Parts: sequence; C-alpha cells; structure tokens
Amino acid sequence: MKVEQRPADSKSKEAFTDKASLLNLYREMLLIRRFEEKTAEMYQAAKIGGFCHLNIGEEATIVGTISALRPTDYVYSTYREHGHAIAKGIDPRAVMAELFGKETGTSHGRGGSMHLFSADRRFYGGYAIVGQALPIACGSAYAINYKGTDDVVMSSFGDGATNIGAFHESLNVAKLWHLPIVFVCVNNLYGMGTAVNRASAVTEIWKKACAYDMTSERVDGMDVLAVRRITDQLVAQAREEHEPSLLECVTYRYRGHSMSDPDTYRGKDEIKEWQTRDPILSLGEHMKKQKMLTNEEIERIDEEITAQVEDAVKFAEESPEPDPKDLYRDVYAGEGAA
Amino acid sequence: MAVLAMRDALNQALREEMKRDESVFLLGEDIGLYDGSFKVTRGLMKEFGEKRVLDTPIAEEIIIGTAIGAAMSGLRPVAEMMTVNFIMVAMDQVVNAAAHIRYMFGGGTKVPLVIRTPGGGGHQLGAQHSHSHENWFAHVPGLKVVAPGTPADAKGMLKSAIRDDNPVMFIENEGTYAVKGEVPDGEHLVPLDKNEVKRAGDDITICAHSRMLIVAMDAASELEKEGISAEIVDMRALRPLDMAPVIESVKKTSRLITVEEGWRSYGVGSEIASRVYEEAFDYLDAPVARIGAAEVPAPYNKRLEKIAFPGKADVVVTAKALLGKN
Repeated sequence: MKVEQRPADSKSKEAFTDKASLLNLYREMLLIRRFEEKTAEMYQAAKIGGFCHLNIGEEATIVGTISALRPTDYVYSTYREHGHAIAKGIDPRAVMAELFGKETGTSHGRGGSMHLFSADRRFYGGYAIVGQALPIACGSAYAINYKGTDDVVMSSFGDGATNIGAFHESLNVAKLWHLPIVFVCVNNLYGMGTAVNRASAVTEIWKKACAYDMTSERVDGMDVLAVRRITDQLVAQAREEHEPSLLECVTYRYRGHSMSDPDTYRGKDEIKEWQTRDPILSLGEHMKKQKMLTNEEIERIDEEITAQVEDAVKFAEESPEPDPKDLYRDVYAGEGAA
Repeated sequence: MAVLAMRDALNQALREEMKRDESVFLLGEDIGLYDGSFKVTRGLMKEFGEKRVLDTPIAEEIIIGTAIGAAMSGLRPVAEMMTVNFIMVAMDQVVNAAAHIRYMFGGGTKVPLVIRTPGGGGHQLGAQHSHSHENWFAHVPGLKVVAPGTPADAKGMLKSAIRDDNPVMFIENEGTYAVKGEVPDGEHLVPLDKNEVKRAGDDITICAHSRMLIVAMDAASELEKEGISAEIVDMRALRPLDMAPVIESVKKTSRLITVEEGWRSYGVGSEIASRVYEEAFDYLDAPVARIGAAEVPAPYNKRLEKIAFPGKADVVVTAKALLGKN
C-alpha cells in the first residue's frame, strides 16, 4: 500500500536542528530495535513464552509520539508495547525480566509481554483486548480534569481497533467532555493478517475523527521528526485547550503479527519496500548530511546499545522466578486470597 | 435511626460518602438531571454539580472504562448501570479489565470502583430487563460481589464498597427500592465479607439474598404458623462468600434450602450446596434443595411471569417437603 505524503511532513526536518535532540531520538529508536531483535532471539530460544508481538519497523511512531510527553503524562498501549514501555522510561532490564516471567519484571512476572506496567513512569499498561484501553484512557483523562492538573493522556492502538465500538465511544466522550487526550493510531496496515482495506470501510483512519468534530492528522509514521513535530502540536492542544485529537501514524511492522505468525498474507517485496524507508537509517543519513553524526559514531552508539540490551538479558536471566507461595498475591488490594 | 426506603438509604450512603471524600464521583445514564431511573441518585447533581455527578451517553462500555481509568488515577468512581442486563455490553471492561488489572500488572495499581446495578424481575419487562446475574460476577477472582436485602445493609454496604480498594459489584433489585426499614444515621458500615442470620430457627436453614431475603422471611413467618422454625441466613456477601453462618446453621438444623431470583443452573445455590457438601456433609439429613427462576427467558405475560420467578409459596412447599410434612 502506498502512503500519500502530506506537505506538512516535508517541513519536519526544519523543526529539529539541535544535535542533542536528534541524537536522543536516534538512540531511543535504536534501543527499541535492538531490544526487539534480542527479544525475537530469546523467544526462539524459549526463554520467553506466550504470545510475543514486536515493534520492529514502528520505532519512529513510538519514539516520535512518546518523546513529546512529560514524565507525568500517561501512556496507554496494547499488547505490542515493549517499545512504548521503554520510550516512556521503563528500564529495559525490567521489561526483559517481565518477558522472561521473572519477579523483577515490570509486573512481577504476572503479566508477561502483553501486560507491561509502571505507575512511576505513568506507563498505564499493555492491554491484550483490541480497543479495550481507549475507554480506560478516557478515565485517566477525566481524572486529570477532575483534579485540575495539566497532564495529558496518550492512548496508542492499532488500525484494527478503529473498527470497534469502544473506539467510537471513546472519541465521542473525549470531545464531549473536553478530555486532554491524544489518540494515536499506529496504522501498520494490518490487523493481524487482515489488511486495513479488507477490514475498514475508511482506510484513511484520520477521517474517522471527523464524525466527532475532532482535530485529526495523518503523518508518515516512518519519519520520527514528522511524527514528533505533529505530536508536539497535538499534545499542546490537549494540555492547554483540553481538546482531544486523533493522530494516524502510517507505519509498518517488518515482522509478523506475533512470533508465531508465518506471514503468508503479504508479499516479501512489500516488506522490502518499506525497509528502504527504515526510520533509524533515515534519521542516521539525515544527521550525517547535517554533519551531526559519523559512521564511527553510529557504530559506537550501536555497540553501547547492544551492550545495554545484553545487560538487560543478563539481568533477566539471573533474576528469581516468582515464589509459588505468592500465587494469590494481588488478586485483591489490601488483603490476601479470597 | 430513621425508617427509609431502600432507594433513600442508598441515596444517603452516596451523599455521605461524597461529602466525606472529594475523590468520590458518580457516573451513569440519566443519574443527574433526570435524578436516576430508580431515583437512587435523586438531588445529588444539584448538590454536588455536574463534575461529580456525570451524566453519560447510553454507552455502557465507556461508562465502565472511564470509571476504571479514573479509579487507577486516584478517584473513587461509583458507576450506575441502569439494569444488570445492560452490563453485558460492558463485560469486557468488568471482567477482562476491572477484575484482572491489579493482578496482571503485578499489584502496580488498584481499581477502587463500585458498580451499582439492579437485577430482578416481576415488572413485566420481558427477557432483556428482568434477569439476575450476580453469579456471573461472583465467578470471577478480582471482583467483590454483594447483594443486600435490607435498607440498613444497603446503606452500610454501599459505604463500605466505596471505601474498598477493589472493584465491587453492588447488586440491587428493582423490586426492593421501595421496601422500607430502619436505617442507622450517619457512620454505619457493614462489612462486605460477612453474611449473617437474619432470623433464628431450629428446624431448617434457608439461604437467600437481595429480594429473595424478603421472600424467605415471609415464608418463615408462614412456616412458623405451621409449627416449623426456619433459620434465615442472609447471603449478602457473595464474593468473598462467607459460609460460616451457613455451616453453623446447617450443623444445627441438618436441612438447607437456597433461594435465588436467577436461574438455578450454575447458580448461587449450586455454589452454597457444594460448599455445604464439602464442609458439613455428615450433618445433613436431606439433600440441599435449590429454588430459583424457571429456566426460561423472562416472559412478558403477567401470569407466566409470576410462575417463572420464585415466591413465598415455593419456599413453604419446599421446606415442608424437606421436613416430610406435606
């Protein structure tokens, strides 16, 4: 599927000119890439169980949106959320430990790949029912208005979620109640194996917000600077004017839906074509042209990040399993088993 | 101590808790301007404003979802579902989200949420407005489920539910909103995990909750005239299920009837009977008898509806049969 480029996207590179900001975005995207590659390896080595959905290819969308937030802003995500968790500031060690099912994981091994969480980082969870988290994210946004703080909620979901009732109920009340929320649709063109044009009457997801008279934008989700630029605007609108918005980031996952997906529903050429627009390589090339980065520096950064990911694996390997006596812990707050 | 109708006892609990704690807010369909379908929230929007008494669209999933997110973010929402039948639309939020969030996130958050909703039939409302489903919720770890049958318990348990840090299914009954009883003023808290004997007796034990508690009490009065002394255990705490008063009673009477307004299959009575067989089998002189609704979708016709739901006569006949006195 071809993605129409919008004129606004081409201006993105003019918006960010300082090296430190660009380097942060670059490092963050590379960390997610290397983390996910290692995750795939660990899954194949049977260190990780259950379902496992990777963010490879979607790094610009994740980093471009989440880097626009403050630490006290909330992020809600889906079962494909390792990258979102890391981008919101959760230690990759705790994420990898959760994938390994260890007590030191973000959810003490009770959640796994699909249920990462951190109250401290206001990463309010990975949810494994498509569309489920949007209404819950609206609840956090309602609480922000109720308490009168200036935090913002970002609710991230796939294109598949926009065909579900909960999506429409959420957009409706977000507009009706002036909720400080940015809905981010990670349109990777497939809901599991079903292409967006086989599941949605409207394939340009941003248009769905028109029904609720809501600000909406479509952006090239492979261009981290374009994503960041538009997200800055929408977050400011949410924070300052309490006006919600829908941002559609058109992106692509290089791997299957999950680790167990044989990927028979799309052509290899399509995948290769998207890889030519790789978000990390693109930003690297841009920075080299601007004399902000050299090949040697790129190599050194990669080595550092690879070592960080190795350290996360080591931490996960060496961490203890949950104690069987704690099976019933946290079914209820404030007491033991019931 | 004042005599209040059930709906006013609930209203008093909501008002007192909203005054006590700024983080308590209400949301639901027509609970504000309209004063609530069953007038439980009467006057509260006027008193507390639209932020704390939030009228929502008729969209159950967003009501429960919003309540969950608000609860995770430091508030104490009380969501009203106009009837328990409507909550089916939001079951994903109740079961997959509210009940499981704390555990699946490793205790990293809590969901202090109350969902108030009435069940029950008898008003010719047909198959989509008349059923009782407390057993569905009582099946799920992570939820608490209560179903009071007196105005005093309604007030005391609602106040406790609002102060609890877990999602609580607070099951009311359309047929009891006008039922009156004495209600203690002010701070009156009834625990969410304690069932109790509401009427002492020696010959037979009858377990019932919500509107069926009233039916069982009536039946006990009639049985008394025939020389049968029935002990009534109010099963207001369904999850966690407090079996202690039932076991103690069965050890005394050796006979047990369970009464519920919902269908018997896989029901509240089935669970109570199983636990009695496990814990007090040797004390029983007869199999446990379960009374529940006829296993049909609730019919509209008045005559058919009357025989579809359990009543006093069913309890009386069953009790006499268990005692060999028919």
